[in-house]
Amino acid sequence: MSLPSSKIPNGPIAEKWTRHKNDLKLVAPNNKRKYDILVVGTGLAGASAAASLAELGYNVKAFCFQDSARRAHSIAAQGGINAAKNYPNDGDSVWRLFYDTVKGGDYRAREANVHRLAEVSANIIDQCVAQGVPFARDYGGLLANRTFGGAQVSRTFYARGQTGQQLLLGAYSALMRQVNKGKVKLYSRREMIDLVQVDGAARGIIVRNLTNGKLERYSGHAVLLCTGGYGNVYYLSTNAMGCNVTAAWRCYKRGAYFANPCYTQIHPTCIPVSGDYQSKLTLMSESLRNDGRVWVPKRDDDRRRPQEIPDNERDYYLERRYPAFGNMVPRDVASRAAKERCDAGFGIGETGRAVYLDFGRAIQEQGKAAIEAKYGNLFHMYRKITDENPYEVPMKIYPAVHYTMGGLWVDYNLQSTIPGLYVLGEANFSDHGANRLGASALMQGLADGYFVAPYTVGDHLASTKLEKVDTDHGAFGEIENEAQAKIDRLLSIQGSRSVDSFHRELGIAMWDYCGMARNADGLREAIEKIQKIRWEFWENVRVTGSGGQLNQELEKAGRVADFLEFGELLAKDALAREESCGGHFREEHQTAENEAKRDDDNFCHVAAWEYKEDAEPVRHQEQLVFENVKLTQRSYK
Amino acid sequence: MKLTLHIWRQADANSSGAFRTYELNDVSEHMSFLEMLDVLNEKLITDGEEPVSFDHDCREGICGACSMMINGQAHGPDRKTTTCQLHMRKFKSGDHIWIEPWRANAFPVIRDLVVDRTAFDRIMQAGGFVSVNTGNAPDANANMIPKQNADLAFDAATCIGCGACVAACKNASAMLFVSAKVSQYALLPQGQPEKKQRVQKMLAQMDQEGFGGCTNTNECEAACPAGISVDNIARLNREFVSAVLTSAD
Repeated sequence: MSLPSSKIPNGPIAEKWTRHKNDLKLVAPNNKRKYDILVVGTGLAGASAAASLAELGYNVKAFCFQDSARRAHSIAAQGGINAAKNYPNDGDSVWRLFYDTVKGGDYRAREANVHRLAEVSANIIDQCVAQGVPFARDYGGLLANRTFGGAQVSRTFYARGQTGQQLLLGAYSALMRQVNKGKVKLYSRREMIDLVQVDGAARGIIVRNLTNGKLERYSGHAVLLCTGGYGNVYYLSTNAMGCNVTAAWRCYKRGAYFANPCYTQIHPTCIPVSGDYQSKLTLMSESLRNDGRVWVPKRDDDRRRPQEIPDNERDYYLERRYPAFGNMVPRDVASRAAKERCDAGFGIGETGRAVYLDFGRAIQEQGKAAIEAKYGNLFHMYRKITDENPYEVPMKIYPAVHYTMGGLWVDYNLQSTIPGLYVLGEANFSDHGANRLGASALMQGLADGYFVAPYTVGDHLASTKLEKVDTDHGAFGEIENEAQAKIDRLLSIQGSRSVDSFHRELGIAMWDYCGMARNADGLREAIEKIQKIRWEFWENVRVTGSGGQLNQELEKAGRVADFLEFGELLAKDALAREESCGGHFREEHQTAENEAKRDDDNFCHVAAWEYKEDAEPVRHQEQLVFENVKLTQRSYK
Repeated sequence: MKLTLHIWRQADANSSGAFRTYELNDVSEHMSFLEMLDVLNEKLITDGEEPVSFDHDCREGICGACSMMINGQAHGPDRKTTTCQLHMRKFKSGDHIWIEPWRANAFPVIRDLVVDRTAFDRIMQAGGFVSVNTGNAPDANANMIPKQNADLAFDAATCIGCGACVAACKNASAMLFVSAKVSQYALLPQGQPEKKQRVQKMLAQMDQEGFGGCTNTNECEAACPAGISVDNIARLNREFVSAVLTSAD
């Protein structure tokens, strides 16, 4: 099957979304209650979509694997959310947010999608404030802003270092209100295992009830995947332990195309790895770079404590290399610069894989209280983990896997290649190109959920003839049997290695060969290694317990089995993309100054992968057309 | 370091549970408490035993999933710290550590250290929201909110919903949890139109779920990893009395 149309509306960029909304078909208010919509995942995208669709009158069923919808990993986002409000009067506009996002994504996102995102950004802030989200305010009682990477204006709204938590609790409260009204039925501790299609359209899902192990069937007229990113394919990441690719991957294997899996974001400021037992990495918000200065010693043999190294013997390498943006360069640039210094032998700490993030000057200039007010919880968390006081000694940081720009391919309506299957938030590929700017993930998740899907899903329902399908339909039984067979197989292997040991091994291969820098030989080796690990997994994994109980090992095993397939696709995509762009850095393709070198003639496209049973996946291309932004070598100097 | 762990094991809600004892050597002081349990579980799997089930997800202290009594204290000995952020440097070699699930009738055990906290969701469903549909919002700066009120509302809103307050309370009361949400909205103009119904409905749901009443022992504040103050309970009581005395119905 060739790639369907991206359905980008005609007309000038600033009018596309408005015109499109006027063209979308509507479902009459009294008919909405006849439709059931399944929303998988209750993070920012899922909770906001489920609540908004229920408000419109649809019957919504919402699913999450956590014990409560409030715990989805959006909750951990720290720094903030962008919006083109221009409250600081510093020249921001919808156009600038659009432009910064396209440029920040290294010209690998769709213009029309990004412009829509910038357009609705201001509505998101209004909506959240109306819900009672306590954003930071100035003494006059108005909303405060801070600056984030890749921007020269202050457009980031924040709630101390817990913006994601506050936004998610806002969306969660809207969701709870609809549960109370009976318009949303909430299913927690449920994991989506597979997608059910009838007549080529998404009509239901099979979920595993994690409490009692039973497989359950749910039918609906549309399915919304809001299941987040796949960063945990690297094992160590800033993602929550439960984040996984399973729902998206199973949909891929049922016919949804997977776009740009090689676009992964390695976040520059995370607490470095300390030991083999480590289960996850902790992010230190990008907002810290507003006041923190990144440096390493100028001499590679300098073993003095950081406080003893005088200013003129420190290399503030971001300020040196990128004077215009300094410490506020985008994430991909900052991460590679840290890697470059550490590879050159200037890294600090026991492992040499770390750099300093120093608040000395900020504390001197603004006082400890001001810094505490801005970043108190982050400093607290850093101290808990490292046992060092960042008010006195600089933080040690190093890049870590954080976000994934790739995801299921969707058209302008956020519909995948499977009719009726919509993909929202981090789970889709659409808005961030090859690199996401800070404070844009929250914006996208909420834009998709509050302001895009409620319009576009209705269009599908109004324009498609959907026969009545209930869970007795044969398609459900067939898919459920397959899901059960897979579970039985995992439980029957009874080998000698734990699920985690395989996940860790996969993670090392992914990080070494598909991490911050990639090359053809390494990627080929990665593919071979992943296949080997996968083979051994299915021979030698030990999953304890039974299928009819709460069994966290079995949950992990299913997820790792999918990561072991997905990792290979990621490596293949990275191998096929013979250029460097954003978070995808191919060592063969760099400028004389070691910056990413794009190949716009051959790779100005989205790669969308189609699954083939027992054959190589097929790489489709969606050409990216830039009518409004001129493609240039991205420069932050 | 070397530790002796006494962990509550329970197959499911209907089985009776018991403590099991495990010895663990080579625990690094840099490990988080949950990473220490990961190491134990890895060992149990190798030995062919079922690992200990426990809720956890973000492992950075914000999702509120992790939930265990450690030596009788909710989330262990460190103040304002979730279990996932508790590090083994707080313990010493030779220590015995007793690990139990949250103890409250309203939080029935599902397995081992995993409990059912959906009662919290139901309390939120009763009134933990502002009734505003998507698309209905005025400009975000239309309402000016004094910074001190915004800050207090934020402090209350940082509750992570973990349930430590309930587990620490001798009455298994959820007053701190409820008061955090009631306070957040009571302090903001957005919360005013529904304030009377909200406080009454949320408290009624709390009672219905089987949580106890508050007798002001303040254990909840001491146990709260998010630092929610009992001042919020005072505000809740004020809101409740005022709502009851002035409600028309």
